Amino acid sequence: MADVILKKIYVKVWRQSSPSDKGRFETYEVENVSQGSSFLEMMDILNEKLVGEGKEPIAFDHDCREGICGMCSLYINGRPHGPDTEITTCQLHMRKFSEGETITVEPWRAGAFPVIKDLIVDRDAFEKILQSGGFVSVNTGGVPDGNAIPVSYEDAEEAMDAAACIGCGACVSACKNSSAMLFVSAKVSHLAKLPQGRVEAKKRARNMVAKMDELGFGGCTNTGACEVECPKAISISNIARLNREYLLAKISE
Amino acid sequence: MSILNSKIPEGPLAEKWSRHKAAIKVVSPANKRKLDVIVVGTGLAGGSAAASLAELGYNVHAFCYQDSPRRAHSIAAQGGINAAKNYQNDNDSIYRLFYDTIKGGDYRAREANVYRLAEVSPNIIDQCVAQGVPFGREYGGTLANRSFGGVLVSRTFYARGQTGQQLLLGCYAAMNRQIAKGSIKMYTRHEMLDIVKIDGKARGIIARDMTTGEIKRFGGHAVVIASGGYGNVFFLSTNAMGCNGSASWVAYKRGAYFGNPCFVQIHPTCIPVHGDQQSKLTLMSESLRNDGRVWTPKKKEDAVKLQKGEIGPNDIADEDRDFYLERRYPSYGNLVPRDVASRAAKERCDAGFGVNNTGKAVFLDFKYAIQRLGEDVIKARYGNLFQMYEKITDVDPYKEPMMIYPAIHYSMGGTWVDYNLMTTVPGLYSIGEANFSDHGANRLGASALMQGLADGYFVLPYTIGDYLADEIMTPKVDTNAPEFEAVEKEVVGRLEKLFNIKGKNSVDHFHKQLGHIMWDKVGMSRNEQGLKEAIEEIKALRAEFWKDVFIPGEMNTLNPELEKAARVADFLELGELMARDALDRNESCGGHYREESTTEEGEAKRDDENFVYVSAWEYKGDDQEPTLHKEDLIFENVKLVQRSYK
Repeated sequence: MADVILKKIYVKVWRQSSPSDKGRFETYEVENVSQGSSFLEMMDILNEKLVGEGKEPIAFDHDCREGICGMCSLYINGRPHGPDTEITTCQLHMRKFSEGETITVEPWRAGAFPVIKDLIVDRDAFEKILQSGGFVSVNTGGVPDGNAIPVSYEDAEEAMDAAACIGCGACVSACKNSSAMLFVSAKVSHLAKLPQGRVEAKKRARNMVAKMDELGFGGCTNTGACEVECPKAISISNIARLNREYLLAKISE
Repeated sequence: MSILNSKIPEGPLAEKWSRHKAAIKVVSPANKRKLDVIVVGTGLAGGSAAASLAELGYNVHAFCYQDSPRRAHSIAAQGGINAAKNYQNDNDSIYRLFYDTIKGGDYRAREANVYRLAEVSPNIIDQCVAQGVPFGREYGGTLANRSFGGVLVSRTFYARGQTGQQLLLGCYAAMNRQIAKGSIKMYTRHEMLDIVKIDGKARGIIARDMTTGEIKRFGGHAVVIASGGYGNVFFLSTNAMGCNGSASWVAYKRGAYFGNPCFVQIHPTCIPVHGDQQSKLTLMSESLRNDGRVWTPKKKEDAVKLQKGEIGPNDIADEDRDFYLERRYPSYGNLVPRDVASRAAKERCDAGFGVNNTGKAVFLDFKYAIQRLGEDVIKARYGNLFQMYEKITDVDPYKEPMMIYPAIHYSMGGTWVDYNLMTTVPGLYSIGEANFSDHGANRLGASALMQGLADGYFVLPYTIGDYLADEIMTPKVDTNAPEFEAVEKEVVGRLEKLFNIKGKNSVDHFHKQLGHIMWDKVGMSRNEQGLKEAIEEIKALRAEFWKDVFIPGEMNTLNPELEKAARVADFLELGELMARDALDRNESCGGHYREESTTEEGEAKRDDENFVYVSAWEYKGDDQEPTLHKEDLIFENVKLVQRSYK
């Protein structure tokens, strides 16, 4: 494990004290960061320094710090989750940065994700989309034996590929239209690929797309930026499947 | 002798749960609508409970500190979930899962609870499949299984290396359906800070809206704690940064006894600490031990060269590698339970055979599995874990062995509950990792997910009815009651006190020091002197914290430092109780290893003459020593034997 120390780097961070504050960039120096440290550990060091100076630390969302909870959401040097592929911000390591570099850190940029404070945004719109249909309507109990519903290996794998979405919002942040199509399509595909999800497939596609539109996410123009920045490599072929599911639902209305 | 009533039903083991269900009361649908249930925490236990209770018709109020229930740390569980399905025809059964769990827990769990866990386990798989959880499948379309540490059958269901994520998304989806219907009111970014009792019964909570800083009151006919474990008392652990013990701790301070606080699990396969900037530790799934072989160099000089970086692991010939788990435990080999594997790694490192520049790591090598099965098979099984490892360490585990070291992972201890999962406070329940009940002194792999979902889907929804049936005449709880007023005042007073210290050191400064004390003296290896020192050192550190902590910003806004301070203040008390409990238990069992209690071969030695009990600690006041109550464990079905994996 590399133990190279970055003697000094500069971190240019978006500071915004509240949703109504206009906000501004501020630049801070951070010294002696191990390249083996994660990006968020570097932010911890910066925050410890700020606290030591009696200043308010930078607020950012984070939790599991192992790339699965989807809480962390930083836009680093112009890319959601920063300069690496198939990772979340918490998995980004300082070996991706060099001595003396200025690193720009912003919150997710999308109208549907308003800033709460500094780098923390409100992703409640994702919750509302899933509440509109991202489930199979079964209650606890009274279900058949697990092996009574055979699923082909390939279908299970494809469903899992889509179900791997962590709901972080990088796709929306990467998209010039702030479209939530990759997020919505991942959930629709996951359930559409499984017999358990087919029963409500039409209703699900219709409701989730309507909710997404209502909440102010933009349309998809197939730029593919979402797929590139998705930490879980969710494929845009899911968007094609969503379009198919949606079309099927609409023509059968 | 005990004032604790575990309420274990009479009758043969296999009939206890059925008989109990037949005997307990049921609330009618019309009355369920009038009853409010508060659920604190929305991981597998809380999420499944919230969804199931709402489906039954109760008004559920659910709380989590994250911005969505989907973020709860259950999501990070990788390897799988156990269930006694016997789909593999390998002679698995409910009894065998029960027996493995009791034995794996080193005979410090209740037979009746564990049997019930095994009994409902098949239903969990059925439920999750129906929800659309994409479990791994065989080519014929049936569910696939893998094997896991501490057992000889293949009963673990999995969704690649993301089983916890997929199960959580399943119960989160079930919650979402109820949120849309209005039967769950979901409060995200809210942290419970206290519990309100009226006439001795739990009647509500005080929570802080973490976005606005507002302190709010919530009333309910019952309160369910599902807030997970307290591993972060060690500062470095595999828990998420926000995981904390505060909900369980306030429950303790409001009269719920704390069970077996010293029982924490140290997971053998985590990525080693890289330096003092480390903020948390990342787990590598236990499932890796199915195909990976654990080793250190046979010769000390090779270890030294490896530590200095003069040679790499591939420079060491097979005959110079000490596969110490296979050597010491030939029958289980690399699949010994977690506590055994962790201690064996520590033993090698303490003896000077550790690797990495710190000397605190061992190898987990896939070379042999790749030779046997091919890289494609290994990639299909563990691809995402290998990718995660490479991103963190910059080492390709297909080419070089992984380096691993034990880390704090799970708390078997937690709030004491009876068979109904109720604490010693009427109307206050504790489920999932937050309670103490099912894993004894050590949890088997893939059993945490099973317990969380068993409690939430299939146990609590039944047992809570027995209590709520007597509450149908209780009107909606009035949060203007003086009891709410008083507790809110205490909560605000405590936050103001913390905030007004205006000292010189950050919260993390104290948390790291606490972590060092805990790891060194209340960690993998414990002794009387160290534990006594730990108690004094924690007391001193706590006093310093309350004099010298600095919290910047403002109280009534989003303030992560204030959130952390309140949690660390609780950890500074909980850590002391853990040390006291460890001091009382002068035996080695499961994850609790007392240096005074070992066999001649250096293996842990349990003491069934003196310690076949659950310790349940009663809070007596801030500066008072807590009282220890003992619940004797009665084994009617299983014969206690020294655990052996040789």
